[in-house]
Amino acid sequence: MVWRSARGKRIAYQAAAIGAAVLVAWFLVSNTIQNLEERRIASGFGFLGREAGFEIGESAFLRYSASDSYLRALVVGLSNTLAVALIGVVLATGLGTLVGLLRLSKNFLLKTLSAAYVEFIRNVPLLVQLFFWYAVITEGMPGPREALSPLPGVFLSNRGIYIPTFSSSPELQGFNFVGGAALSPEFAALLIGLVAYTAAFIAEIVRAGILAVDRGQGEAAHALGLSRGQTTRLVILPQALRVIIPPMTSQYLNLTKNSSLAVAIGYPDLVSIANTAMNQTGQAIEGIAIIMAVYLTISLSISAFMNWYNARVAFK
Amino acid sequence: MRWARTNLFGSWPETVATLLILWILWQTVPPFIDWAFLDAVWRADPKACRAGEGACWGFIAEKHRFILFGTYPYELHWRPALATVILIGLWVFSAFRMFWRSWLVLVWFFGLTVIGVLMWGGVLGMQYVENERWGGLILTLLLTTFGLAIAFPLSILLALGRRSEMPVIRGLCVGYIELIRGVPLISLLFMASVMLPLFLPSGVSIDKLLRAQIAMILFAAAYLAEVIRGGLQAIPKGQYDAAHALALPFWRRTYLIILPQALRIAVPALVNNFIAFFKDTSLVLIIGLFDLLSTIKISLQDRTWTGFGVEAYLFASLVYFVFCAAMSRYSKSFEHQR
Repeated sequence: MVWRSARGKRIAYQAAAIGAAVLVAWFLVSNTIQNLEERRIASGFGFLGREAGFEIGESAFLRYSASDSYLRALVVGLSNTLAVALIGVVLATGLGTLVGLLRLSKNFLLKTLSAAYVEFIRNVPLLVQLFFWYAVITEGMPGPREALSPLPGVFLSNRGIYIPTFSSSPELQGFNFVGGAALSPEFAALLIGLVAYTAAFIAEIVRAGILAVDRGQGEAAHALGLSRGQTTRLVILPQALRVIIPPMTSQYLNLTKNSSLAVAIGYPDLVSIANTAMNQTGQAIEGIAIIMAVYLTISLSISAFMNWYNARVAFK
Repeated sequence: MRWARTNLFGSWPETVATLLILWILWQTVPPFIDWAFLDAVWRADPKACRAGEGACWGFIAEKHRFILFGTYPYELHWRPALATVILIGLWVFSAFRMFWRSWLVLVWFFGLTVIGVLMWGGVLGMQYVENERWGGLILTLLLTTFGLAIAFPLSILLALGRRSEMPVIRGLCVGYIELIRGVPLISLLFMASVMLPLFLPSGVSIDKLLRAQIAMILFAAAYLAEVIRGGLQAIPKGQYDAAHALALPFWRRTYLIILPQALRIAVPALVNNFIAFFKDTSLVLIIGLFDLLSTIKISLQDRTWTGFGVEAYLFASLVYFVFCAAMSRYSKSFEHQR
């Protein structure tokens, strides 16, 4: 009897939960429909086919002009988001691993400096850092004619960063550089900010992962006559990776989601372009639905890929 | 000498690394000190700033009232100033373990009431100030405080729901948590600022500050729920069984036995999430609220003072760093206690 009443209660609770959820949804949807009618906003995704009519500062892969459709503008935004996220993930992993290893080194200077880096970066909001880097590039750097050249062929100026490619290298012509690959100030600030920020978190993950491997493992490998490189590659790393990968996944996801802060410094990422489209067409619900759907898809795909990779490196 | 030999010059590669770093430091640190201190202009004089080589801290000196209090009426600045001090005091007070008693809730209730009276005014002969004019540091702190205060109980419910045996409730909680965690905070803030007015019956309107606050709460609840779930999972199964054996009903079991242990385990992770949340409040700038970062950014738009962004954002970093580093030290102190 007790079992039955407990079961009855559970069914009642769940029915109540469904009821409440449906009620809330109905309340929101009916209000929205009524409000849209009052404001004479036509809902639907028909606006995607219309001419966008605004220019986009830069496009990573696709050609775009103001006469293209909103759909194409959004795809350009998505490609810009993916470009900064992909490059960012690769660079942040490299820098983060390096800093994480340096924190474990015996050298006092390396240890202290890398610890200070991690401590400072992690305690300042990313948005402040993005504004800072943007200010450094646009205000702190000299004009193209006096551009700094830290490495041969690489130029830093307030118009952006110029790096040589395999086919051509940047040269000063008139008021700006021609040739090579150019990173706009917005892209450069966003990339530097995202990489520096995420690397600090990755460094802590890498450090924790390596510390999690039992000391005896390294000593045992040494006793077997493995060299230091072999010990790291064959014994320490495979075990550390199991600890590292799950939190690393969430850092990759964070970096991708954080790239949406681009809107604050004017890099035309997906959120920024969807925002412009929303302001022009008034299609707020559709715009936000697109943003959310895209990020959810990206998040779920990265999770799925990392789960697959994690299963591969896990103990069998 | 011995210390230097083991820690700096242990082997050939290490010696090279040490010398390389010393050279880099020599190249960067003295110019930075020149720029930030020796050549810096401390007077609020834009002409001297533009003529000089160093940093322009005069900008901060000139704008500090606006940066700290936003557009709050100038002659009433003592009110947000006092509110800021009280709010920080409440946080510091709550950091001590010996005050973790039920009356702490009453202290907070009283403190927040005083802050509300100070900020809004309208009673005791104080002039009324609508919350559109609130800004600066106090806005950042208030968004953080109320965001966490409301998100925290919500997140406990979500975490319990996610571990519930009832599939419908578990499904709803998992769906909510994963949806919120899968999208950027900006999209939630946009949603709150653009879509919330559409969600409400016509005629009902809520102001910008409250809308942003709702988005921040929805966001924080999902993240905190995952931390608390971690705490719930870390409790030995025997505790659940023992609580069950006492024949306590679910809520009493949860309140008396499970939650006190789970929350204690989760404290360091919770504080880390509080830090992240404090940093994330800076995003309200994007939907046009005047938080600390926003007032700094707006100060830069003053014609006479444009072009000092590097100084301004270094100052912003420093303010955020002081708060976050204090919290992070605090969360680390727990690791040593156990």
